[in-house]
Amino acid sequence: MSWAGKLLRVNLTTGEITTEALNEEWKNDYLGSRGLASKYLSEEIDPACDPLSPENKMIMATGPLTGTMAATGGRYVVVTKGPLTNCIACSNSGGFIGAEMKSAGWDMVIFEGKSPTPVYLYIENDHAELMAADDIWGTSVWNTDEWLHNKHQDPLLRIAAVGRPAENGCFYAGIVNDLHRAAGRSGVGTVMASKNLKAVAIRGTLGVGNLADPAGFMKAVNEGKAVLAENPVTGQGLPAYGTQVLMNVINEIGALPTNNMKEVQFDGAHAISGEAMHEPRKSDGRPNLTTNAACFGCTIACGRISTIDQGHFSVENKSKYWGNSGGLEYEAAWALGADNGVDDLDALTYVNFVCNEEGFDPITFGATVAAAMEMYEDGVLTKEQTGGIEFNFGNAVALTKAVEWVASGEGFGQDLALGSKRLCEKYGRPELSMTVKGQEFPAYDPRGIQGIGLNYATSNRGACHVRGYTVASEVLGIPEKTDPLTAEGKPGLVKAFQDATGAVDSAGLCLFTTFAWSLDNIAPQVEAACGGGWTAERLVEVGERIWNLERDFNLKAGITSADDTLPERLRTEAAKTGPAKGIVSKVEEMMPEYYELRGWSSDGVPTDETRKRLGLKD
Amino acid sequence: MEKSLVINPDKCTGCLQCELACSYENEGVFNPSKSRIKVFTFHQEGRFVPYTCTQCSDAWCQQACPVDAISLNPITGAKVVNDNNCVGCKVCTISCPFGTINYNHSTGKVIKCDLCDGDPKCVSACPTQAITYVDADQTGMEKMRQWATQTDNSPSTNA
Repeated sequence: MSWAGKLLRVNLTTGEITTEALNEEWKNDYLGSRGLASKYLSEEIDPACDPLSPENKMIMATGPLTGTMAATGGRYVVVTKGPLTNCIACSNSGGFIGAEMKSAGWDMVIFEGKSPTPVYLYIENDHAELMAADDIWGTSVWNTDEWLHNKHQDPLLRIAAVGRPAENGCFYAGIVNDLHRAAGRSGVGTVMASKNLKAVAIRGTLGVGNLADPAGFMKAVNEGKAVLAENPVTGQGLPAYGTQVLMNVINEIGALPTNNMKEVQFDGAHAISGEAMHEPRKSDGRPNLTTNAACFGCTIACGRISTIDQGHFSVENKSKYWGNSGGLEYEAAWALGADNGVDDLDALTYVNFVCNEEGFDPITFGATVAAAMEMYEDGVLTKEQTGGIEFNFGNAVALTKAVEWVASGEGFGQDLALGSKRLCEKYGRPELSMTVKGQEFPAYDPRGIQGIGLNYATSNRGACHVRGYTVASEVLGIPEKTDPLTAEGKPGLVKAFQDATGAVDSAGLCLFTTFAWSLDNIAPQVEAACGGGWTAERLVEVGERIWNLERDFNLKAGITSADDTLPERLRTEAAKTGPAKGIVSKVEEMMPEYYELRGWSSDGVPTDETRKRLGLKD
Repeated sequence: MEKSLVINPDKCTGCLQCELACSYENEGVFNPSKSRIKVFTFHQEGRFVPYTCTQCSDAWCQQACPVDAISLNPITGAKVVNDNNCVGCKVCTISCPFGTINYNHSTGKVIKCDLCDGDPKCVSACPTQAITYVDADQTGMEKMRQWATQTDNSPSTNA
């Protein structure tokens, strides 16, 4: 119930497309989306495979609530082995294509093998067909989107595509849907392009129904919507300022990583904040922000729709960037801004537009530029290597050049496309890469927010905030306030957030609902939609099962407990200013307790007892 | 009191809750492609605009229908399609100047907004009050009130 009950399997090597019933047992154990797709991937590929080889598979998956009226029920995920991390990757996106896939009658699409020539997958309800993409190969996501809409003469077609960096092997290319929403992290777009798959275009007109308890579902949905509307974060803060509501807050508490995490506070924070996006620009009197925007079914509407000042140096004579498009979210504004010491809001918006246009992750891109800037300032990189321009912190021109180089794959862009880990290793300074398992940190410094550091270190897709967002508790006091500077109690907090997140992701909902909702708000919606006894307790168990399944995949891929750590800088160089002054990350101190709470050995391996309890294979 | 839908695009976020509520009420599934209200996205301009039938008093669709399948609900003022009479000829879809009555190929009938018998589900679903249901004779009230707030008739300090 509520699941479509079937999946598409697309063999790109042979061009054969087949239909399968969804595995009943697995959907009861893993719910959908992230959990269910991870189960399929684990069963079907060798975790030790080369992520960019045809042996890897890529799964696009929805959850049981995707496409329903449940607030934020429009999410979909891309699950594959990620090239940036060599770990299991699961990138989550909103927009509209997830709901469209479900409305076309599919819970998921599994791509396997590699097409001999560039193709895209066209789906119209039961009809699925691979079509030639030679004309759009080598072009941007935005161009691909326009070309497909024109070709099919269908303005309602929903499209997800990869851009040029994915084709060129950039390790952190994403898959962009609906022009500016993205399954952005871990290089899932690079995997897609490695299969010669340029885009997926979907039109679904069957709708989503088949609810176990329709009246109960509408009641639970309406109650959930009311809770979101009344909550100050989801009802006011996010609609007004987006995730950018955090910029000044996180700077104040001394956890805004700055200049490749050398500092924890940024003088220019206000200039690039959500508040600043509302202020009239000096040049043209218009604010950066035009309006907020929602993904499918979302009653929060945190999305930003922005413009760039037409007179700004970044867009001079480039009219295609003069209209509205997806504006800055907090993580992007931080990675492109504070982490590079750049406080030019229009420059950051331009760089963000290009990341959307060409499909690459602004977090990893920004943090990679930051590492390059530090190497430049240290004299490791010279002007000759950085495209003939100064590449110092605070240099907005360098940042805008860098994004253009990665987009086109030219010159220094080839180095920057490696991500910071490979870049820093190449130039002999591996310690300057601010990553876990090869993936760059998001916008919260583990010295000023201790729990998030443990979450970064243990996240199954490398450093990531949306695997266990303890910032909610440690900074915002949700569901209850904990001291961000102490390690005490954090292992339990991190585990609780990680497990709950697995369930939210797998339902097809947006994590942002959990600023207002607990699993007690979510369980009634899942139960009314799916039937079969979905309680909050069962959802937590599903989340824990998913976490251990992902861990298992990574262990088989060669990850060990030695990878569950943070860069030396965060463990040895104390914060220099703010409330966290003098403090380093206590991640090592927290790890043994975390392993114990997880039911893992001291080597970070799930024990037989834990496997048995969660019903995982030996 | 007869009421009308009033749409304020400035408040719309493009979430499609209205389309989901509409299709669920009328078709029993969440299916924007079968919604009687549609939200249009103007990407370059950064605008979202919900659009649906305005229930014309002298309705083109009703006039054009050769089988009298469209009738007035005297309580709500809605022009309502009677599925038993509709033959799916689509003449109404041609005559409507606004395009708000459309053919549904899965039933062979036309569909249009019928104001949900006086309890429009798009209105209760909308999270931002971009769609409201108000006194049909006072649809401009909210706009007038907004302009009124900008009228400075407070006693001048220099008087």
